[in-house]
Amino acid sequence: MSLMREKSTGVPVTAINKNAFSYRAWRDLKINRYVYMMLIPVIAYYFIFLYLPMYGLQIAFRDFSPGAGMLGSEWVGFKHFESFFNSYYFWRLLRNTLLLSLYELLFAFPASIILALLLNELRSNRFKRIVQTVTYMPHFISIVVICGILVDFLSRDGLINDILAFLGIDRTSFLGESGWFRSIYISSNVWQSVGWSSIIYLSAMSSIDPSLYEAARVDGANRWKQTFHVTLPGIMTTVVILLILQIGNFMTVGTEKILLLYNSSTYETADVIGTFLYRKGILEADYSYSAAVGLFNSVINFTLLIIANAASRKSENNLW
Amino acid sequence: MALKRSLGEKLFDASNVFLLFLLSCTTLYPFFYVLMASVSDPNWIVKTRGLILWPEGVTFEAYLMVFRNPSIYTGYVNSTFIVVIGTSLNILMTSLGAYALSRQNVMWKNPIMFGIVFTMFFNGGLIPTFLLVNDLGLMNSRWALILPVAMSSYNLIIMRTAFMGVPVSLEESAKLDGANDFTVLFRIVLPLSMPVVAVMILFYGVAHWNSWFNALIYIRARDLYPLQLILREILIINSTESMMSGVGGLDKMPVGETIKYATIIVATLPILCLYPMLQKYFVKGIMIGAIKG
Repeated sequence: MSLMREKSTGVPVTAINKNAFSYRAWRDLKINRYVYMMLIPVIAYYFIFLYLPMYGLQIAFRDFSPGAGMLGSEWVGFKHFESFFNSYYFWRLLRNTLLLSLYELLFAFPASIILALLLNELRSNRFKRIVQTVTYMPHFISIVVICGILVDFLSRDGLINDILAFLGIDRTSFLGESGWFRSIYISSNVWQSVGWSSIIYLSAMSSIDPSLYEAARVDGANRWKQTFHVTLPGIMTTVVILLILQIGNFMTVGTEKILLLYNSSTYETADVIGTFLYRKGILEADYSYSAAVGLFNSVINFTLLIIANAASRKSENNLW
Repeated sequence: MALKRSLGEKLFDASNVFLLFLLSCTTLYPFFYVLMASVSDPNWIVKTRGLILWPEGVTFEAYLMVFRNPSIYTGYVNSTFIVVIGTSLNILMTSLGAYALSRQNVMWKNPIMFGIVFTMFFNGGLIPTFLLVNDLGLMNSRWALILPVAMSSYNLIIMRTAFMGVPVSLEESAKLDGANDFTVLFRIVLPLSMPVVAVMILFYGVAHWNSWFNALIYIRARDLYPLQLILREILIINSTESMMSGVGGLDKMPVGETIKYATIIVATLPILCLYPMLQKYFVKGIMIGAIKG
């Protein structure tokens, strides 16, 4: 309470220099002692589980062995990075990661915008709600179940092959052929997330001023023109921000899903940095090498995210 | 909307409805198939080719086998433990952090916030975190699935945004009455923010229920496996054999098929039952998050 009174007068009342850092820090600690007490477990969590691993990243520059401990292991500089960049895997992992991200951007990203536009054109609010309820649902189903269903449906005597056989097309073991992996991964992603990702566009559409539509109608614009000249410009800011954020996550693909869907015969198209890390680091316990691969990925991710964030902040202010 | 629709418009409306109806069917059909198949006669399922529209020779044999299976049972218990304890801890930690970081006039607020947001951009990654959990002695313990994910920065920001919307005057008058920050948080701010707390419970709860990767790398003992890992064995690694103890000879294959489907239903049921409630709150949660950007 004394804080407020001092603030309102705005001038120091005693001889103590109230602007001195130590004085302000001490007073802050006293007034907000309970606030800082609350922050103790939070800071402890972030320190232990997020900042200690960052410190642990130094094993990427050492030849780590659990026996010698982190600091006892020999410092080898960029050895692991070099051997990764020169390895056969490097280009394959990079290519697979980038292609999956690119296809995601080309197919999944527009799909949710199109769905939102179609939902927006529905005349019956009840039907709209039903479609939304149904299409959001796969988002909540665990990835293990989704992949389990995929594995079952795509197997040689599964549902998809049964339908193909009925149409006179030869049976294929889809998940055993590397040529099919990307299509399966992307289309099941669209299936699972198209409804959920449309929410944000629908909310942007609902905040468009209705008088804009009225004015367009008075000017003789039909619904097609209204969509192009009112709805789409109305959600453009949202689209651009989400697009930029998606590009910021370009090196992040669904490692967990790929781990469940891939097998050694599809590594050629399915293996990405995340799955490689799991095999090398966890299964083969090649810690230093994997930490180096992981750090390489994190650094690219970090750079992309920083650029994307700066861009989205800029576009929010002055692009439209 | 009272305006007369042109023929083209009517055509568009009709095909739009049809298209979205088709999309809904495509979304629902896999689950419908699994449900129908799970209660059908296993021999019929193996012989049937193509789409199923109704169950044939209704039997709950597969469900009985699932319930009799000890690993499904321990998986259920482990997952429930992780969801209940994990989510409680999540809510406690997130509320404390969100409250503290939503106060005005806290000197170190911005540096702490920066330290938290930074981890959303950069973190140690899989291997160093794995080694840390190992060093902490959490390996092969259910706590390895709870403590490393004790809170999420994204959810913290959502909750903080919601807390900032609670009128400051309420806090001030409570403080005049001698309340400290803990009282303000638990007696005023949290009760006034129940919608966002519900969103958080659902966000965290569903994430815990569906999570499997941490268990894959941290848990060795089979009796500590959460349900999703058991599911992975049954659905992905195809080890239905392990469930078949007691079933003789020729029946083996067909029952294995329907057991898969029954397992999917049993594991997804809690989510499907909560879904109507989930949907309402999840959407609200996304909106709160979206405002923040």
